[in-house]
Amino acid sequence: MSATSIPAQPGPPLWLLAELTYRCPLHCAFCYNPVDFATSGPELSTEDWLRVLREARAAGSVQCGFSGGEPMLRDDLEVLVAEAHRLGFYTNLLTSGVGLTPERAAALKAAGLDHIQLSFQDSTRELNDFLSHTRTFDLKQRVAALIKDNGWPMVMNCVIHRLNIDYIDRIIEMAVELGAEYLELANNQYYSWALLNRDQLLPTRAQLERAERITNEYREKYGDRIRIFFVVPDYHETRPKKCMNGWGNVFLTVTPDGTALPCHTAKMLPGLAFPNVREMGVREIWYESEGFNRYRGDGWMKEPCRTCPEKEKDLGGCRCQAYMLAGDPAAADPVCDKSPAHGLVVEALARAESGSGRSAPLVFRDPAASRRLAAGGG
Amino acid sequence: MSAVTGTDACPRVSRRFRLQWEEAQNAWVLLYPEGMVKLNQSAGEIMRRCDGSRTVAQVVAELEQAFGASGLADDVAKFLELARGQQWIEG
Repeated sequence: MSATSIPAQPGPPLWLLAELTYRCPLHCAFCYNPVDFATSGPELSTEDWLRVLREARAAGSVQCGFSGGEPMLRDDLEVLVAEAHRLGFYTNLLTSGVGLTPERAAALKAAGLDHIQLSFQDSTRELNDFLSHTRTFDLKQRVAALIKDNGWPMVMNCVIHRLNIDYIDRIIEMAVELGAEYLELANNQYYSWALLNRDQLLPTRAQLERAERITNEYREKYGDRIRIFFVVPDYHETRPKKCMNGWGNVFLTVTPDGTALPCHTAKMLPGLAFPNVREMGVREIWYESEGFNRYRGDGWMKEPCRTCPEKEKDLGGCRCQAYMLAGDPAAADPVCDKSPAHGLVVEALARAESGSGRSAPLVFRDPAASRRLAAGGG
Repeated sequence: MSAVTGTDACPRVSRRFRLQWEEAQNAWVLLYPEGMVKLNQSAGEIMRRCDGSRTVAQVVAELEQAFGASGLADDVAKFLELARGQQWIEG
């Protein structure tokens, strides 16, 4: 054991993210689902999910997010929400709103759903539509009305990237018009599909500064009427984020095929066997499995993290980003300017400034592209 | 003194939050969309009594009896001010 205060023994898995399906009617080029999602195994059954909910709750989970893909595509969603509610979870549904009919909204309300986070459908294929407030706006308006009518708090989420960041004022106005109480402007993080499309999606520093300034102006203008969260993009920082608030610290993701992960994207990491809920109980997964224990504490850290005075603040950043950029999951997150691989982030930012590399077409998240990528094709 | 936290007020947990005992954390917690506030023991003991039917004076009296203490009024008032600022309670 090291002498620092970074605990190697975690508390309970407070947050359970149930990724019910990788199926999705959208094709967002910034999706964090794995690029090879189309080759994933069969989805967990209703019974499997009910067992996972019970085991996670017994292990101390209290927040439950139903996500995907598009979770509305599971026709047992109401059954799962009802059981989660009965168990005492606070239940969150993360949806694009596609498929959320008045009937299903009523059924979800009756099942005890606590909250819906509605994401903007803007997937850049639909960018023009989104900006012209036509089809997308109609859908969001219908769903926003449903959310209000059912007495749910209204939380909207929009992933921000180079192609929509200059319209941030219109995005905020749209959220206000729809009656959102919370708006998350989530600057894109570069994993999975977003990493493939990084040159097209990474904004310039000037774009980012303008967006932040406009967001602050709207905060002043609307005050308590809408709370706006601006999630800072880590590439433009010099210190990494404290990813997932610590590896295996509070967060447990279960993917559609039952793989248990300490974060949404950890499956990409090499040399790590992550357990499956079909074969192992949640408590054992959380406390005993090699995959969850690997990057707890700080015994795994290398230099410059090992002796860094800030290591408790950010825990060395994100393991996936370290792997994706530096090729080593135990390296410092290259976002950190102390990382020997920080030049790779600087280089990506320089390409964003010059606009070079933007001529390549966007790769949209769909099963055909996924199968091609899984087979090693571009 | 605000309406919500005056001694005659009957504060209750705000509709934006759900108050719940969590065995695994041995604590009362406030749940809200995608988030949680873990309350310390005294905060939990005050909040669990904010049910819209007890006055602040009753809450203070109950706490003093339950914990064999006296002179808790100021501490309770101070906490309720904070809770109101956080929108944890409404009157």
